[in-house]
Amino acid sequence: MPFSLLKYGLTNDYPFEDNMDLPLPMELKDNYDVVIIGGGGHGVATAYYLAKYHGITNVAILEKGYLGGGNTARNTAVIRSNYLTSEGVKFYSESVKLFQNLSNEFDFNIMYSSRGQLTLAHTDGAVRSFRQRTEVNKHFGGRTELIDPQQIQELVPTLNMNPANMPILAGLWHIDGATARHDAVAWGYAKGATQRGVELHQLTEVTNINTVKGKVVSVETNRGTVGCGCVVQAVAGHSSIVAAMAGFRMPLTSYPLQAMVTTPVKPFLDPLVSSSALHCYVQQTGRGEIVFGGGSDPYPLYNTRSTLELKESLIASAIEMFPFMANFKLLRQWAGTTDMTSDYSPIMGLSPVDGYYLDAGWGTWGFKATPICGKTMAQLVASGGKVPELIAPFAMERFDAFRQVNEMGATAASH
Amino acid sequence: MVDSNRLAAPMGSLIARDNPITFEFEGKSYTGFAGDTVVSALIANQQWLLSRSFKYHRPRGPLTMAGQDANTLVQLPDEANVLADKVDIEQAIRVMGQNYSGTLANDKDALLEKVGRFMPVGFYYRAFYKPKGIWDKWEPIIRNKAGLGQANLKFKPEYYDKAYLFCDLIVVGAGPAGLSAALTAARQGAEVLLVDENKQVGGALTYHRFDTAGEVADNLLDALKAQVDGMANIRVLTDAICNGWFADNYLPVITGQRMYKVRAKQCIVAAGEFEQHVVFRNNDLPGIVLCSAAMRLMKHYAVKPGNRAVILTGNDDGYLTAIELAKQAVNVVAIVDMRPAQADTQLGSELIKTLQSLGIEIIYNATVYEAQAKQNHLAAVEIYELDREVKISQHISRIECDLLCVSSGYMPTYQLLCQAGAQLTYDDASARFSLNGLPENLHIAGSVNGIHALDKVLEDGANAAQQCLVKLGLADVVNQQVECDIETNFAWPIFPHPQGKDFVDFDEDLQVKDIINSTRLGYRDIQLVKRFSTVGMGPSQGRHSALATARLVAHATGRTVSETGVTTARPPFIPEKLAYLAGRIFNPVRHTPMHYRHQSLDAQFMPAGAWLRPAYYGVPEQKEMLIQQEALAVRNGVGIIDVSTLGGIEVNGPDAAEFLNRIYTYAFIKQPIGKTRYAVLTNEQGVVVDDGVACRIADEHFYVTATTTGVDAVYREMKKWNAQWRLDVDIANVTSAFAAVNVAGPLARKVLEKVCIDVDFSQQAFPYLAYREGHIDDMPVRLLRVGFVGELGYEIHMPTLFALNIWDRLMQAGQEFAMRPFGVEAQRLLRLEKGHIIIGQDTDGMSHPGELSLTWAIAKSKPFYVGCRSVDIVMRRPQTRKLVGFKLDKSNPKPEEGHLVLDKAGADANITGNVTSCHYSTTLDAYIGLAYVGIEQQTVGSHFPIRVDGKAVLSEVVSLPFYDANGERQEVN
Repeated sequence: MPFSLLKYGLTNDYPFEDNMDLPLPMELKDNYDVVIIGGGGHGVATAYYLAKYHGITNVAILEKGYLGGGNTARNTAVIRSNYLTSEGVKFYSESVKLFQNLSNEFDFNIMYSSRGQLTLAHTDGAVRSFRQRTEVNKHFGGRTELIDPQQIQELVPTLNMNPANMPILAGLWHIDGATARHDAVAWGYAKGATQRGVELHQLTEVTNINTVKGKVVSVETNRGTVGCGCVVQAVAGHSSIVAAMAGFRMPLTSYPLQAMVTTPVKPFLDPLVSSSALHCYVQQTGRGEIVFGGGSDPYPLYNTRSTLELKESLIASAIEMFPFMANFKLLRQWAGTTDMTSDYSPIMGLSPVDGYYLDAGWGTWGFKATPICGKTMAQLVASGGKVPELIAPFAMERFDAFRQVNEMGATAASH
Repeated sequence: MVDSNRLAAPMGSLIARDNPITFEFEGKSYTGFAGDTVVSALIANQQWLLSRSFKYHRPRGPLTMAGQDANTLVQLPDEANVLADKVDIEQAIRVMGQNYSGTLANDKDALLEKVGRFMPVGFYYRAFYKPKGIWDKWEPIIRNKAGLGQANLKFKPEYYDKAYLFCDLIVVGAGPAGLSAALTAARQGAEVLLVDENKQVGGALTYHRFDTAGEVADNLLDALKAQVDGMANIRVLTDAICNGWFADNYLPVITGQRMYKVRAKQCIVAAGEFEQHVVFRNNDLPGIVLCSAAMRLMKHYAVKPGNRAVILTGNDDGYLTAIELAKQAVNVVAIVDMRPAQADTQLGSELIKTLQSLGIEIIYNATVYEAQAKQNHLAAVEIYELDREVKISQHISRIECDLLCVSSGYMPTYQLLCQAGAQLTYDDASARFSLNGLPENLHIAGSVNGIHALDKVLEDGANAAQQCLVKLGLADVVNQQVECDIETNFAWPIFPHPQGKDFVDFDEDLQVKDIINSTRLGYRDIQLVKRFSTVGMGPSQGRHSALATARLVAHATGRTVSETGVTTARPPFIPEKLAYLAGRIFNPVRHTPMHYRHQSLDAQFMPAGAWLRPAYYGVPEQKEMLIQQEALAVRNGVGIIDVSTLGGIEVNGPDAAEFLNRIYTYAFIKQPIGKTRYAVLTNEQGVVVDDGVACRIADEHFYVTATTTGVDAVYREMKKWNAQWRLDVDIANVTSAFAAVNVAGPLARKVLEKVCIDVDFSQQAFPYLAYREGHIDDMPVRLLRVGFVGELGYEIHMPTLFALNIWDRLMQAGQEFAMRPFGVEAQRLLRLEKGHIIIGQDTDGMSHPGELSLTWAIAKSKPFYVGCRSVDIVMRRPQTRKLVGFKLDKSNPKPEEGHLVLDKAGADANITGNVTSCHYSTTLDAYIGLAYVGIEQQTVGSHFPIRVDGKAVLSEVVSLPFYDANGERQEVN
């Protein structure tokens, strides 16, 4: 047993007064230097880095629900950097590096688990694309290999090598692929941020955003209006809606994304396995549950309902990959809303409104970017609007300028 | 076999005593009867211990006997996490407990409980990460302790299927409310589907005691059953669980090895309630069951649940259970009633008198404070007086017993309804939840609606049916709402025991302090409490923990239960086997009409969308040689390739040319009849997404080809655009209606002239890019003179029906010219030599026409085509990359498709592009390929580096095509 647990057993007054992870609810102040709309992983991470690296602590995080209750709670916690574009690989690689150190930085175990991610190719087109991703990853120092069917079988002996009559031709083996306890990431950041003076306001919904001469000045909420020096919008799934309050449109379409989980069984699957052709990925959590995910729903919607159709098709694919799972029991199905861009890359940086910074368009790939997104958004805010080089390619204006960062093939159904 | 403790008939409505069945549990043989579940048969044999709990490995016995708790999860040889109180012994011949090491009775991991105090709620967030990297060591150990059952990794899926059902009304739950609703609706002519997860209809009527004498339920059930049997328009599905609610009453009903997908105009959920447990120390011991579970054991399975019983209750149902137990010769020592002493109960003095006559003591205003165990089973309970202020006061007595039946109240079966968007609201006075905000066409009736008196339940069912009938147009008057004043719930105090083990959530071994400490750590929202403590995350999804958790959190955070609420209900209702969802394995594969000809020619197939296409013909060991031979046959003689998978779209109507003009980049208005034109499709971003050939068959009739994998999307886009444009055209995807082959090579004309005698194939009469129609043996064919592979060639499109015959005729005619079938691989090489791109291989999500040197295929003068604005903007911007042809000597390592193009050799190189196609060409005796290069690298004759296996290989930019630059071979001859 680790020493750190002894103290809990030897005292009767756990939890200790000074050991709270999250502060008690408090009143809203009239004014903040920075207002962050959205208390998900990205929002609290931005607050954390603002407080930690830039000494900016007069910050309020406004969350309409509970901490990390949106897509932070709903995603399937895949961490990877095996993208296709140079811009994407550089950005996500930095995120993976930050993730690896988070538990010790937070003093809070996010259970970062470097299990590796395997993506399967069933067509020679996929093999071509995987080879390119392998090469781009290696170019930037990532650990990714193109492996053959025999290596795949050794890595995942339980995998059906001919699922749905589509033999597996090759695999993209991303050794840096990982998972972590997604909630804990938000909690760790929130804990670190609030301990440094940042205010976290849950059940606080932004209802309007006020600008004067093109600059954001205050934010109206269900608990009153607060003035602000600047605003960071980090509201995955509702980016267009909140941006509309600030008076501009975003090139986003919002689709539900569903996932599901089984009852727990003893561990048998280490890597995260996804199939490009079957639009299905499978992983086993630390609790022993099997998590399934796939592509976004085919039509745009803000409702996070579940559908039977998606469950049927996704599970049919999963059973093709792992036939013995036919006897597993599906426990729960849920959905989040994904703000999709046309090039499958995020939108970060400046907006048409002065002092209003965007962290949006995270589609199905937001969780894995949490640390680096928070870090770079904090730099952006602290510098008063100087866009860090790492996120410059993701500016919203790229859609006007036809400078898209196309990650389409590297994103679909592998998140 | 141990001496059975079976009761005499009429107990045991589900078992067939004349059909004994032997099964194994934990390697030991037991006998039960047909109809027994694993649990009932084991308890009949005095075996209560079924499994071990998730975290502390505490002994687990049944709680609900209704498949609604995770206590009974057992292991079958091929299946983990099976509900032993739902699975019949006939289907479970070999059963094992779960989650123990050593033996089930002596689980070595039960030690974990002893160190439980070192594992506070969320302990894993607070340890195992210092020093950095140590989690990698701890994680596998913790993972191995987690999980429940073992998967059989060799298991082969069995046959499952799906079926659709449609009805006017589905009634979920065939208890008294459901039966009454079904009858009411059916009498007015509605088509009714009545489903119940139990094996018999009747719900609580099959096990609950509604009156002192115990006669009401049986009589009523017999009457209702007889009426339902008499209605032809009621279809009854028992042993069938409605496992979710999806939009517009789309309901999966699982039964046997089938999932019915039901679409119902109206839906009534009459699914009853979940009886609730009480929180006290060791409340999870085997031998402690809900009152309804004890009743089910007796009435359904004729199993005597114990010998010395105590009842702990907050309502009259506990009293009725006591009577039944006593009648079945169980010694009921006491009823512990958590309510204050009352003059009489709601059922009146008759009930009290009966209990007195049975010699059962009633202790009011008291609770079980602690249960004690002997050999993994309940042995005694400590009774304390309740005090409203300090929670408990005096010790009253210690009672030795082997059975404790508990009923603190009920929680409505809210799952389907909350999935449908209903909200649970809590009333502090009655201490119960009710459901509000149901969507249209969804109704509730009976106890799920808070109605408990039997006559009122029947009335409520009829009322709900009446509402449906009005909606269905079969009635026009809605009845008055039913009121019922029976109190079932009691807001009994929940308080921690100083020594803990007072479990709120059995699935996850969570105690009172775990819930409270979560809130004290700052996780105050009920959802955060769930996520931090894992309460409600287990297999039973909080059915028996939600109420207690809500009350604990409300109290700890100074809010009301209505304010804290409960966590979201998501489908499914109970854990469902994946096999039901997957259904029959159904993976359609598309074959061209000539598929079996290819097979007999030893074709090696490759997937192309859902199609299978010959990649090459011959053995895989000779793949490369065969590809080269096939390609050479086309270059030097004649070859034939099956291109049936190409998409085919017919565009008919006065606006056909205008429509194509808007969809594709080229000009089509003035395209002559009998001519073909290259058709490039860009999307709104200006990216090239498909290509094909448009043939003008008549003034108002075009036949357009599209790529194999792209045609469905192209067709969809066409329909979408014309929904806006409203042009007068008819668009049809005829891909399956037409098959096609391409006969190519210098001798192609000779082959065709032999079989297609009504067409003049001479260069003058049928020039390059012309379109003709003719016949092969009276079978109509469409002929396109095209040049993808760079030789004289004809695409022959024909009705699928005739394709096999035409193929045979062509093969026969080609014999004297040594015509050879060639596959996709050879075609790829041939088109590469000719410098033709393949959409999807040589293009990516950013490729615009300029990068691909396709600007010639854009009509400059026309006002519009899809994507034109973007193409114009992109073309005006500085270009960053270009798709070029490259060539390198075969002595170099071969660049593979996907390899990177660099700006310079050396360690500090930057990526400027990538290889999209590369092949060895026998004709050119070199590696040739296509690659995106930086815009400054495109000069013909210059060299650029490709990183091949880590090394930079210099390749020369050459002009396209590599072969027959002037097009003499395909066009002039």
